[in-house]
Amino acid sequence: MAKADEAAAIITIEGLQDLLRAIRAGGYRPIGPTVQNQAIVYDDIESVDDLPRGWTDEQDGGRYRLARRDDDALFGYSVGPQSWKKFLHAPKLRLWTAERDGENASVTPEPPPSDRLAFIGVRACEIRAIEIQDRVLVGDLYVDPHYKALRERALIVAVNCGQAGGTCFCVSMQAGPRVQQGFDIALTELLDGTEHIFLVEAGSEEGRALLAEIPHRPASSREVEAGEAVIEHTASSMGREMRSDDLNELLMSNLEHPRWDEVATRCLSCTNCTLVCPTCFCTSVEDTSDLSGERAERWRRWDSCFTMDFSYIHGGSVRASAKSRYRQWMTHKLATWIDQFGSSGCVGCGRCITWCPVGIDITEEVRAIRGCDTSAGDWP
Amino acid sequence: MPQTLKACTPPPNPMAPSMTRLTRFIRESADVFTFDLAPERATPFAPGQFNMLYAFGVGEIPISISGAADAPDRLTHTIRAVGPVSAALGRLKAGDQVGLRGPFGVGWPVEEAKGFDVLLIGGGIGLAPLRPAIYWLLRHRAAYGRVGVLYGARTPDDLIFVSELEEWRRTPDFQLRVAVERAGPDWTGDVGYVTPLLSKLRYDPGDAIAMICGPEVMIRATALALEDAGIADSRIFVSMERNMKCAIGHCGHCQFGPLFICKDGPVHRYDRVRDLLAYREL
Ligand SMILES: Cc1cc2nc3c(=O)[nH]c(=O)nc-3n(C[C@H](O)[C@H](O)[C@H](O)COP(=O)(O)OP(=O)(O)OC[C@H]3O[C@@H](n4cnc5c(N)ncnc54)[C@H](O)[C@@H]3O)c2cc1C
Ligand code: SF4
Ligand code: SF4
Ligand code: FES
Repeated sequence: MAKADEAAAIITIEGLQDLLRAIRAGGYRPIGPTVQNQAIVYDDIESVDDLPRGWTDEQDGGRYRLARRDDDALFGYSVGPQSWKKFLHAPKLRLWTAERDGENASVTPEPPPSDRLAFIGVRACEIRAIEIQDRVLVGDLYVDPHYKALRERALIVAVNCGQAGGTCFCVSMQAGPRVQQGFDIALTELLDGTEHIFLVEAGSEEGRALLAEIPHRPASSREVEAGEAVIEHTASSMGREMRSDDLNELLMSNLEHPRWDEVATRCLSCTNCTLVCPTCFCTSVEDTSDLSGERAERWRRWDSCFTMDFSYIHGGSVRASAKSRYRQWMTHKLATWIDQFGSSGCVGCGRCITWCPVGIDITEEVRAIRGCDTSAGDWP
Repeated sequence: MPQTLKACTPPPNPMAPSMTRLTRFIRESADVFTFDLAPERATPFAPGQFNMLYAFGVGEIPISISGAADAPDRLTHTIRAVGPVSAALGRLKAGDQVGLRGPFGVGWPVEEAKGFDVLLIGGGIGLAPLRPAIYWLLRHRAAYGRVGVLYGARTPDDLIFVSELEEWRRTPDFQLRVAVERAGPDWTGDVGYVTPLLSKLRYDPGDAIAMICGPEVMIRATALALEDAGIADSRIFVSMERNMKCAIGHCGHCQFGPLFICKDGPVHRYDRVRDLLAYREL
C-alpha cells in the first residue's frame, strides 16, 4: 500500500454502499464501527445502515458517553474502546493441539486463518498502531503466522477524522489526524447541510480497482479544500497534547521520580489501559490437557504488564509494586519502545486516558515528570 | 560480540514444540536433575543459549543447555525443580517425550574471549548454563590464557556435577574453587560466598574476560567485585533470568528496560546493563 498519489474523487452515501458491496464481492469480510452497549465497537457490517449514523462520543479522563449529533455523519465519532488489534492479534487464540498415543506425542499447529478482513473506518492513529504491531510480530526474525496471514490480506478503508476526541493527541505523536500511508482507500466525510459526500483517495492498486468499480466523479478544487479544512480543524482541536521529542531521555533519566509513587496511589492495576491500547502486544500462554491426559492444547491470550504474574520468576514477581508496573507501562510506551522498534509505542489515540477508571492521563503524568526533572537537578 | 547461533530459517510455527525423546536421566542433588534429549534433527547451539522445554499438558519453561556444543544431536539440560513445570520434567524417565523449541538467545562470548584469561563464576543452578562454556574452553584450551571457575552453592548436598568437579580439580591449567554457604565439619573446602574467592585465582585483570550466572543479587555483587579487581565492565558478561512465555520477542514478558532478555540476551555485556541493574523492580 502506497501513499495516495492521484486526484481525489467524490462518492455519495450510495457510492459508499456500492463500495461495501464491491468489497464483499471481492471476498472480504467487512468490519466497521457499530453502536453496541452504548459504545462504538468494531463488528461485522453488512451495509451503510450498520454504521453509527448521527452518533458521536464525548470523552475525557475516565469518561466515555455516546451522544446524538445534529447531522447524519457516519464517522462523526473518534476512536472507541476497541482497536483493530482485536482482529489481527486475537485476544485468545489456540496455538496448537497435541495428541499422545502411548509413547508418541505429536503437535499440530493451528492453521493460520484464511479470512480476508476489510477494515472500514480506520483512523490515522490506528494505521500507525497497526504498523507498530507489524514491527513487533512480523518485523523481526520470528514471525507470528496468524497475524501475518490476516494482515497481508487485510483491506484498509481509512477515514480522515472529522473531529478530535476529548482525549486525542495524535498531533503530538505525529500519528494523525491525516491518513498518510498504509491504506487502500481513504475517505473524508463532507457534510454541509445540503450535501453528504465523501472525498476519496486510493492508496493502492486494489483501492484504485475498487474505486473504478463504483460510481464516482472527480472532486472539484473546492471539495478538495473542504477536505483539507476538515483535517485542519481536527488537528487544531486535539483534546490533549504532549511534547514527545525527548521522552526516551526524559523518562529514562527519571526512573526514581517521586511521581511514580504518587501515580501508584491512584493506579488500580486494572489492566484496562493495556487492553484498550492499539499497540500493546503482550501475551501469555496457557497449557491445558484433557482428563485422560492424552490430549493437550496451548492457548495464547492477551496479557498485561500490570499483573503480578507477568514478571513472576521463581521466588516472586520482579515488579511487585504498583509503582514499578506503572513505570514499566509508561516507559515502555514512550521510551524503551524507541530503542526496541525504532518508534514510540504511543500513537496518541487517548484510549488509555478515557478507559482508565480513575482517569489517569499519560499526558499529565509526562507533564508532572517534565515539570520537575530530577535528572536536571530540580528534585522536589 | 557474544556468540549466537540463530536458526537460519526460523520455523513457520515458532510457538509449536517438536517432540524429542529423553535418553538419559541423572539425579544431581535432592532437587536438581540432568537429562539428555535426542532432537529429531541435529540442533547446533552456542554455549549459553537456552531452549523452551514443554512437559506434556503441564507447561513450558526456559532452560539453558548444559551440555557440550560439539554434540548437536544431544541436548543436555540441568534443571532445579522449583514449581509445577520443572517438577513435572523431573518426574520423567528415559524414553519419555519432552517438547522442545530452540535454541534461543545470545550466549557466552567464547570466541571473543580467545587469547584472554577467562573467569567463570556460577551460583547455584547458574553453573549449568556455564558448563557448555567450560567444555568449550577445555576443548580449545590452547586458545585461551588462564582459566578459573568459581562455583558457589548453599550446602555441600546442593552441589551439582560432583564427579565432574573432581575431574576439573585434577585438570592441569584449570583453576577451580568451590564455596558453600553452610557446611558440616566434614566439608574441607571454602565456606561463604564466591566473591571473596576471586582473590585466590590467578589471572591478569587487564587481560581477562569474566562470565557470571546466578541469582541477580549474586550477579550484582560479583560484577562489582570484578570491577574492583580491575576487570573492565565491557569484559564482564552476565546471564539474566526473566519470565519468558515465548522466547521469540513476541510476548513482552522478558523485558528489562530497552532489552528483551530472550533475544538480546540472556547473556549481556555488563556495561550495557549495569545502570539498569541499579534500579529495583525494573
Ligand atoms: C534464559 C533462562 C534460562 C534458564 N535456565 C535454567 C536452567 O538451566 N536450569 C533451571 O533449573 N532453571 C533455569 N531457568 C529458570 C526456570 O525457567 C524456572 O525455574 C522455571 O520457569 C520455573 O517454572 P516452574 O513452573 O517449575 O515453577 P514456578 O517458579 O513455581 O513457576 C510457576 C509458574 O510461573 C511461571 N514462571 C516462573 N518462572 C518463569 C520463567 N523464568 N519464565 C516463564 N515462566 C515462568 C511459569 O508459568 C510457571 O508455571 C532459566 C530461566 C531463564 C529465563
Ligand atoms: S498509550 Fe494510550 S494514547 Fe498511546 S496509543 Fe496506547 S492507548 Fe493510545
Ligand atoms: S506497556 Fe506493558 S502490556 Fe503494553 S506492550 Fe509494554 S509491557 Fe506489554
Ligand atoms: S520471552 Fe517473550 S518476548 Fe522475550
